Amino acid sequence: MFDNLLGSFWPYTIDGLILGAIYGLVALGYTMVYGVLRLINFAHSEIFMIGTMASAFVVMTLGITQPLTGFALIGGLLLMVLAGGAASAGSAMLLERIAYRPLRKRGASRLAALISAIGASLFLQELFALLIIPHVFNRPQQGRNQMGVARIMDKETLFTLGGAQVRVDQVLIFVAAIGMMVLLDLLVNRTKIGRGIRATSQDPQTAVLMGVDIDKIVRVTFLIGGLMAGVAGALFILQFEVTKFSIGFLLGIKAFTAAVLGGIGNLRGALLGGLFLGLIENYGAAVFGSGWKDVIAFTVLVLVLMFRPTGILGESLQQARA
Amino acid sequence: MSTNTTISHRRNAVGAFIENVRDRWATAPGWQRWTVYILLFVIALLLPSDSIGQFMSPYSDWASVLFFPIGTYVVLAIGLNVVVGQAGLLDLGYVAFFAIGGYTMAMFGTKLGLNFWEILIVGVLLSAVSGVVLGGPTLRLRGDYLAIVTLGFGEIVRQTAENTDSIGGPRGIAGIPHPPSIDGVQIFGVDIFHYGVLDPRPYYYLLVVVATAIIIFVKRWEKSRVGRAWAAIREDEDAAEVMGVPTFKFKLLAFAIGASIGGAMGVVWAGKTISINPNDFLFMLSATILAAVVLGGSGNIPGVILGAFLVAWLPERFRGLSEYRILVFGAALVALMIFRPEGLLPSRRRKAELAEGTGGMGSMGAEVPGPETQAAAEGAAK
Repeated sequence: MFDNLLGSFWPYTIDGLILGAIYGLVALGYTMVYGVLRLINFAHSEIFMIGTMASAFVVMTLGITQPLTGFALIGGLLLMVLAGGAASAGSAMLLERIAYRPLRKRGASRLAALISAIGASLFLQELFALLIIPHVFNRPQQGRNQMGVARIMDKETLFTLGGAQVRVDQVLIFVAAIGMMVLLDLLVNRTKIGRGIRATSQDPQTAVLMGVDIDKIVRVTFLIGGLMAGVAGALFILQFEVTKFSIGFLLGIKAFTAAVLGGIGNLRGALLGGLFLGLIENYGAAVFGSGWKDVIAFTVLVLVLMFRPTGILGESLQQARA
Repeated sequence: MSTNTTISHRRNAVGAFIENVRDRWATAPGWQRWTVYILLFVIALLLPSDSIGQFMSPYSDWASVLFFPIGTYVVLAIGLNVVVGQAGLLDLGYVAFFAIGGYTMAMFGTKLGLNFWEILIVGVLLSAVSGVVLGGPTLRLRGDYLAIVTLGFGEIVRQTAENTDSIGGPRGIAGIPHPPSIDGVQIFGVDIFHYGVLDPRPYYYLLVVVATAIIIFVKRWEKSRVGRAWAAIREDEDAAEVMGVPTFKFKLLAFAIGASIGGAMGVVWAGKTISINPNDFLFMLSATILAAVVLGGSGNIPGVILGAFLVAWLPERFRGLSEYRILVFGAALVALMIFRPEGLLPSRRRKAELAEGTGGMGSMGAEVPGPETQAAAEGAAK
């Protein structure tokens, strides 16, 4: 039973870390919105989906048929990340404006906001399945099916680690994800807007009295969360080269699991939780078979919430642990 | 944009009429109420007639549509309403209990050869137990965590079914037996106890009887000490605990009752459909049922029935637009939460709770007190 895991421990570890980095990036969006608004942004999974779609659109528009090299590659990658980030950040802000702000202004319950989020999530999925994939991407048959994306870079082996080959793109994804998180960490801890975010998550009333513009802070929070999800979407396309209208659903729940695992509201926790979940999921798949992958992830969620509901690092966007 | 107050002050003609009917109903003597109940029951029995069907469902067989989705959604919504509307717990994985009921019917019917009525009891017990098993460790969590854990549980149940070959794996189970028939009892030419393949009407009558029993059952709970405890928990859990309500116990009870209703419906449903597979139990169904509860007016049984009916019937009636129905449905959910968060036909108590604060569901953070957010300020002050 464990032979499979022990036999190829390192490949599973590397795949787990890559997946975990993507979970972590998406988890940041959940964690930040939760920290500031105490709201589970259920539609964040669709923000991620929009990121993958925008990156896929870039690859498609560039007309890439064979992997790029040199500066063309760098340009292409940057364009993918920028498109993914911009599309996701834009739609996250739009989502906040349409589906959450009217509720927030009226002091609606969290249940109402969550249902509004579910509605927005269904709407966005169907929008892509029915209209955008068939018409904008011009792939009428693939509205509800998996859509393949051309390979943008050669996936050469960079080095081997304990018998596992580590590819260029994997290193790139991992470094990019960690880099984004470090930048965010600095932003939240070192800048004025970051201080505003921390103040709002700590005590909105007092923050207002201290001159923090709450609406702006909420907008920025959604913008940053969306940006991270968009970058995650671009990296996802780079790694897996497929997307789908419902790609966000499972990944979103798992990213949320990662956020809870690390301690929701805690930015470093999101990274840690993401990596942890990615590893557990891959090891679990190695032991029990890949069909059980998602079951393992959800079981972990239930167990964590039962025994340590504040997560590994605790809930603390407030305490500047960020 | 003080929507709450403007809505309640500027009541339109329809609203005034409904309020009037409600006042009348609240003071009506017992015999009048019973007349209405019996009339409603008779109407429910007469519904599958062809003349109604021609208008209600021109594209597919009306009696089948009445059984699934309409009747099924109605019962599931009543069950979920106990959890969401009465106890105020958000369950996003309700479909899991429906699945457990369905699989119980399929397994015990095909492998052990038990009959439908025996399995109905087993199914109800099994789903109630699974409700307790899920609720036991998780009901102490905060409301929105509970939502995600239940969502995870729904997926765990479905994927476990998909990965376990002894219960059919992704192909599911076929050849599920029908309920035992009693032939020869005919009313208006319908063999009302003949559970065959062709005529869906006997199943619909069975469903009406089950639904009626469940409604009576739920209504009795609601008016008892238990119902008052649920209302107290929903409105303010801490206050309820301080006043001596064992909140955890009552939340668990709500969960178990909701689960057993879902399980019962699963058994009845599987008794008609012949074969089931894991894809019958997607998250979408949980979301749809939740939407039905919220759309109709959570906490109010007539409202919930209306909501479930609309959510099930509209897509069937407007088949031509069915491709876009989830798109419209999603947008409608957002709009509903913005403009009428209490639902179409809310219970008066619930409406008052929502008008005054957040209905005990806790408010979002980052609300700024001000003229526009009176409710939020009060909610935050708690």
